[in-house]
Formats: sequence, structure tokens, C-alpha cells
Amino acid sequence: MAHEHKLEIFRGALKFKSNIQKIWGVLIFLSIITAIEVILGIYKPEFLMGYVLGMKALNWIFIILTIVKAYYIAWDFMHLRDELPGLRRAIVWTGVFLICYLVFILLQEGGYVHDVYSSGFITHDF
Amino acid sequence: MSTTVANTGTEVKTWGGGNEPLRASYGKMMMWFFIVSDALTFSGFIAAYGFSRFKFIETWPIADEVFTHVPFLHGQELPMIYVAFMTFVLIMSSVTMVLAVDAGHHLNKKKVTWYMFFTIIGGIIFVGSQAWEWATFIKGDYGAVQTRSGNLLQFVDAEGHRVAIRDFAVADSHAERTQHERKSGLWFVNEGTLPTYTVDEVVKGLEANEDILVRTELLDENGHKTVLSRSESIQQLKNNGKLVVEGANLHVNEYGAPIFADFFFFITGFHGFHVFSGIVLNIIIFFNVILGTYERRGSYEMVEKVGLYWHFVDLVWVFVFTFFYLV
Repeated sequence: MAHEHKLEIFRGALKFKSNIQKIWGVLIFLSIITAIEVILGIYKPEFLMGYVLGMKALNWIFIILTIVKAYYIAWDFMHLRDELPGLRRAIVWTGVFLICYLVFILLQEGGYVHDVYSSGFITHDF
Repeated sequence: MSTTVANTGTEVKTWGGGNEPLRASYGKMMMWFFIVSDALTFSGFIAAYGFSRFKFIETWPIADEVFTHVPFLHGQELPMIYVAFMTFVLIMSSVTMVLAVDAGHHLNKKKVTWYMFFTIIGGIIFVGSQAWEWATFIKGDYGAVQTRSGNLLQFVDAEGHRVAIRDFAVADSHAERTQHERKSGLWFVNEGTLPTYTVDEVVKGLEANEDILVRTELLDENGHKTVLSRSESIQQLKNNGKLVVEGANLHVNEYGAPIFADFFFFITGFHGFHVFSGIVLNIIIFFNVILGTYERRGSYEMVEKVGLYWHFVDLVWVFVFTFFYLV
């Protein structure tokens, strides 16, 4: 059982001595991100409440941090970093493509239904 | 990775078996197939949640007001703290799982056993927390009145703090009635649990307490719920109030749109079910490790495959956490 682990994260900026050290390093990184999310979620700083591309800047930050976390869980905990690029791409891009499509359709339609509700002739508040 | 497969003697030939496309064994490949399809199922659910949220974007409940409880700390408003703890527990159990896989690569039975054990404990703590969270959500906190159109009226004091219905409603002992049960009348008619107070009692309570106002579901431009004036409050409650709602179920919920509770039960329930099955798989593997099955097989790859599933459950939770509690 030959197991070569790639021991670098952040594109080689941080290199660990052993696989176990890398696991703890990733845990610390994920905990820091979660802590940032929780602190932002509790205090909701005023300057992040502005809208960027139709959504609050704070929500964009949450979603981006979530994808960062997902990346490190998949790459280091699920060993995708050590798999062949072909397998990695088959797994990641299938999901990314289909999920983007699904999210686009559903959110678009949700927004449309909302517009029908709010500009229609029927009141929904009685 | 070839150690789990019995050799056929024809390995040198391309179609002779024993090949591992993409250098991943059959079992591992199938686990990835399952994970990708399950990821699509979960994203379908979360996208459907997004659909409903965009549909009711102006009236959606504020998560910080819904999930504020922490066990043993009664009456304190601590949004996010408990769910952050749950997230940490799940990530931590993911870490012990990777450590178990790593120990498996070194064929260290004792270490694999201990790390698997800690993983199972972490999973159980998470599911238990989930159950507690559900119980708190179902039980409810302040109560609300549902209008004829299905919107909610909640109650706040002059400073905007929430007020529970039980703290101001004027109970009318003459209006009390018992829940109808099959044994005590029409045997073919059912009735759900009755709310503690009737709408009339809440109206009386509102009239008697000068400083209590009605809050509607509508969000203003700052993301706060709209509070009505005193006269509007009484008028709205009197004209439109239909049902007192306490806690949440699949039909009504005191926090906001009923579909919010439906999605909460469905998505966290589906995820909780995944955690539960993960725990069962982990226990099976745990006993196999103790019995020395993988020791004899010379490969702990089964730990790695179950580990993939376990990390996937963690991965899904990261998204559920964001979309239910943060965004």
C-alpha cells in the first residue's frame, strides 16, 4: 500500500512534515473559518450590510467561506488531493455544473413568483 | 490498493481483471458515485429552500431570533453558539476519522480502534444535539397569533423585545374547553392539541397591557420586522387574528412562514438521518477492527471508504449551517 500524501496546502505556502500534522493544521484552519463565520453572524457589522450583486455582502462572505471549508474537507479529509486529477475532476465538476444549474433555475423562479405575489391584484395580508 | 482483491492470475492482461481505473479501487469508486449523487440530492433540497426563501423574501424569519437557545442556559438569548458547537463537534469527529484512516495505512490496529471510537462518540453527541434542537424548536418560545391569511402576528414591548403570550394573555376560565378525543365523543373525529390560549384571551391581554405592540412578519429595509402602532396592533389582532400558535409543526409555526419549519425539519432531519446511518456504519466497522477482520485482510481500506461517507456528512452540514443559520 503505497500512500504518497501531498503535504502542502495553500498552493505550497504551508508544508507539513507528516500527514497527521497536516490533518491538525487543516482542523485549525477550518475552526478559524467557523469562528469568523460565527462572530460575523452574531455581530453582523453594519458596513457589510450593503448589497453586492443583489445579495448582502455579508451573505457573499458566508457563502465564499463555506465553499473554502468544503474545499479543504474534500481535498484533505476526503483525500481528493491525493487522487488522480481525472477522478478529482469527474467528482468536482459534475457536482459544480449541475448544482449551479439547479440553483440558478430555482432562485430565478423563486424571484419570479415573489414578483407575481407582490405586483398581483390579490392581497396576501388579511 | 490491490490487497483487497483476490488475484486471478491474469493481471498482466488489460481485460484480465484487477485493474483499477483512476487508481481507485472498486469500492472506493462506488462510494464516490454515491457521494456525488447524494450531494445532488442535498443540493436539490437546499436549492428548494432557496426557492421558498426568494418567494417569501420580505417575510422570511430571521434565523438569529429562531435558534437562540443553549442547553442549561435558560432564558438567555445566545444565537449561533450552540450550532457552532455542533459544527465543531462534527468537524472534530471528521478529524478523528482521518486519523483512523491514517493509522489504518500504518496497520496500527490499536490506534484505529481508538480513533473510530472517538468518531462514533462525536457522531452521537451531534445527533443528540440535533434532537435537542428539534425539541426546542417544536416546543416554541414566545407564541404568536396566525391571521386569516396565514401570516403571523408576534408581540413585542416598547423597546422591541419579544414578549411571550403567556406573560400577558388574560385567561378566561369560562372559555376553557378540553381537547376532543375519540373516546369521549364522536369516535371518527380527531382534534389536535388545543393552544393554551384563545385569540380572545390574547386580545384582552393586549388591551390590558398598554406597552405591548404587534409585530408583523414584514421586513423593513434594515432587515428588521415591522412593529405596528398601538391602535393598528389592536385592530390587526381583533380583525384578523384566528389561531394562537405555540411552537412549530408541519402545519403552523410561531417563527414565520410554515414552509420554513417544513424545510427545517426536512433538511436537518435528512442530514440527521445520514449522521445516524454513518454512526451505524462506523459501529460495524469499529467491531470489525476489534475483531481483526482488516488486520487479517492486510488492508484497512474499509475504514477509508466509510470515512469518505462520514466526511461527506460533515461537508453537507457545512452547507446546512450556512444556509439555515447564517445567511
